[in-house]
Amino acid sequence: MARSIGAPAIGPADGARPAGIQTTLRVNGSVRRLELDPRATLLDTLRERLGLPGTKKGCDRGECGACTVHVNGRRINACMTLAVMHDGDEIVTIEGLARGEELHAVQAAFIEHDALQCGYCTAGQIMSAVACIGEGHAGSADEIREWMSGNLCRCSCYPQIVAAVQTAAQERT
Amino acid sequence: MSTVLERPGIGSPLDRRDGRVKVTGRADYTADVVVPDLKYGVFATSPVTKARIVELDTVAAQRAPGVRYVMTHRNAPRVPPLGPPAAIALLPLQNDRIRYEGQPIALIVADTLEDATYAAGLVSARFETAPARTEIAQGLANAVKVEEGYDEPDTRTGDPEAGLRASAVLVEHLYTIGYRHHNPMEPSATTAVWDGDRLTLYDATQYVYGVRGVVAQALDLPPENVRVVSHFLGGGFGSKGYVWPHQVLTALAAREAGCPVKLVLTRAQMYTSCGYQPETRHAVAIGADRDGTLRAITHDVVYANSAAEEFPEYAAAGTRSMYACPSIATTHRAVKVDLINPTAMRAPNEGMGNFALESALDELAYALNVDPLELRLRNYAGRDPLTGKPFSSKKLREAYALGAERFGWAARPCAPRSLREGDELIGYGMASALMTTYRMPSTARVEMAPDGTVTIATASHEIGTGVRTIMPQIAADVLGVDPSVVTIELGDTDLPEAAGTFGSATTVGVGSAVSTAATQLKERLIALAVADPHSPLHGLASTDVELIGGEVRSRTTGRAEPCAGVVARSGAAVRAEATWSPSNDEYAMFGFGAVFVEVRVDAELGLVRLRRCVGAYSAGRIVNPKTAASQMTGAMIWGIGQALLERSETDANVGRFVSKNLAGYLLPVNADVGELEAHFVDEFDPHASAIRARHR
Ligand code: FES
Ligand code: FES
Repeated sequence: MARSIGAPAIGPADGARPAGIQTTLRVNGSVRRLELDPRATLLDTLRERLGLPGTKKGCDRGECGACTVHVNGRRINACMTLAVMHDGDEIVTIEGLARGEELHAVQAAFIEHDALQCGYCTAGQIMSAVACIGEGHAGSADEIREWMSGNLCRCSCYPQIVAAVQTAAQERT
Repeated sequence: MSTVLERPGIGSPLDRRDGRVKVTGRADYTADVVVPDLKYGVFATSPVTKARIVELDTVAAQRAPGVRYVMTHRNAPRVPPLGPPAAIALLPLQNDRIRYEGQPIALIVADTLEDATYAAGLVSARFETAPARTEIAQGLANAVKVEEGYDEPDTRTGDPEAGLRASAVLVEHLYTIGYRHHNPMEPSATTAVWDGDRLTLYDATQYVYGVRGVVAQALDLPPENVRVVSHFLGGGFGSKGYVWPHQVLTALAAREAGCPVKLVLTRAQMYTSCGYQPETRHAVAIGADRDGTLRAITHDVVYANSAAEEFPEYAAAGTRSMYACPSIATTHRAVKVDLINPTAMRAPNEGMGNFALESALDELAYALNVDPLELRLRNYAGRDPLTGKPFSSKKLREAYALGAERFGWAARPCAPRSLREGDELIGYGMASALMTTYRMPSTARVEMAPDGTVTIATASHEIGTGVRTIMPQIAADVLGVDPSVVTIELGDTDLPEAAGTFGSATTVGVGSAVSTAATQLKERLIALAVADPHSPLHGLASTDVELIGGEVRSRTTGRAEPCAGVVARSGAAVRAEATWSPSNDEYAMFGFGAVFVEVRVDAELGLVRLRRCVGAYSAGRIVNPKTAASQMTGAMIWGIGQALLERSETDANVGRFVSKNLAGYLLPVNADVGELEAHFVDEFDPHASAIRARHR
């Protein structure tokens, strides 16, 4: 039996690289003006262009939450959006959460409750947790479990993550 | 003068030492490492299984913007078969053969990730395919015995057939477990940087020295020309234990392209590039007397193995040693399938077989109308039934008692289907757990600087198990210093060689090496102090001197001085390096556990949800109860995944895994997890290691 694969790649027919697009991103409080490849995701732009590798890639297709960042105050999966769509947007990554040496309450609670092992999902968990508390979805352990279920943790720190979010949510109120 | 340490080393629930860098996003995982002039590698992979490439067109890819180099089987340098610890001997891109779907057919190197990804999509190919086999059901008649490995495929004590015939009660069942994938959140990643004929590999590996050996042999380099670095690992669970093709191919591509190359596997490629847990089938027969005394057990395993390679799986290993029984037989046979080789996955071997054994034992308990826990206690093994050896230490009886008490086992309603809440039935169950203790040699160096700080150096790995935290605790314990003054350098072949971080063997092996080196350092510090006329301890017998509270101190006279002073006057850091290897084999060594669960089962749909789980473990001495508890609750959740959620379906028609992503493959998520409790029984194992630990 013969099987073939063809050229399913999406791009200009002439094979030229798509023209760069001038984009302004406000990342962790600083303004970054960039000429961006329109194919670049926000995640790859943060990691490969802006020197912010704290945000992680686990799946690159919106299934794991490792790439969670805040855009204009909302949590989103940075792998599921193109960077050029965020001209002028306010983006916060894990690198921008602490105030100098002073950790955000959620970061401190993660250490206290040992809500991490390998730490690879942790940036996404923490960014998601900050938003989860802000959204008012941290009222009970069950509610936290539900609203934190978009963030996978293969080390399986789930009970500690729930405890950390509860602690941080209580400190906030 | 107080001789009590404010913060003792071993046994303290210290916070994870790398917690801060991890919660602030500053830990450098492999794909985060930045090197100058870095280019990006992306694989184009085969969509078919068991085939020959008859046409491969890379012209468009070659011409695509930003592309520097395209490697295929036509231009790739020839590499000899890979030696251990490579997971597979035959490297892709060496000829036109396709052995498994997902096998690389081209490696693109380009300026940006977008360029490389785009160009990989431009590779086109035609294949001549042959019928493929992906399931063991397709090849049961041709199952083979894999002789080569680290254990016996078959074992036999007593006369199992006669034992089963003579039993008053017999249960026989067939259990199957599907293919499962490790799916660490961090995909495998390699960055290769050449400097002349010296290679540095930043690699997501559980075994830096293993990668060095394989890559050096493949590329015909002296091992000392290859440096492998892995500072932080985003999980591995076995998938990064052996060495896989992408690591060697990235090194090759960087050499041929003449620039540093970073290659990160996609999630889909993680399903076809670095192993999986094979599908297994367990035929279990248990014969017992009416009072529950076991007479015979047989456990026959069939598992999937790659057609081109061999991987030994010992899924029935636990059955050999779990219960007192005069006749036990186990066998393992492999069915060849057209997939990449399987590999060890948390928990290897017993992690699969215990499910079958314990399920069958439960059937026996209900057939006899004996409490499942009571049945296990009646058949408690005082010695290893396979070898007759005494256990190095075993506190499973205490674990049963502790777990049962914390769970409230005695008070539960016993009869099946007797408890209902709305549409759901509530069920209670328990099982024993057992895992072989693996002990591997490791080397560590421990040194104290003139300022009194201590540095441990060993090429172990931080995979999330807390190596950065517990090794300082072990050294601090020996040296009588606060753990906060001890740091560790790890994950680098420039450091003394350590075993790979797998098999729950790091605390035992690396921990023993750290303890041994620290003990030698302590002796050196004491010798320096008593020989030094400037020391208040000068002239004392070294047996009278101890290290405590950061000081060298005389037990009898109370004379003391800070360790730092002794080191400073010696003119340089004082160090000791030691290798620990297991020497005694007169004991059988296992970690044990007792696990109790309460589940909700939808009466109509059969949907099972875990409500709570209590585990009590006998694992030797626990260095850090906090990080250890996280590992054990993590392990319970892996149990939820194995029992209720995870399975990689294959399609025999297309010859591949069907859902190569995290949506079709169900990993446990937060909402799947109920209340979990992990407990350890108090235990010191005098034989398994230098630090009385036995596991993890
Ligand atoms: S990497 Fe974005 S959701 Fe997984
Ligand atoms: S801490 Fe390892 S994946 Fe969550």
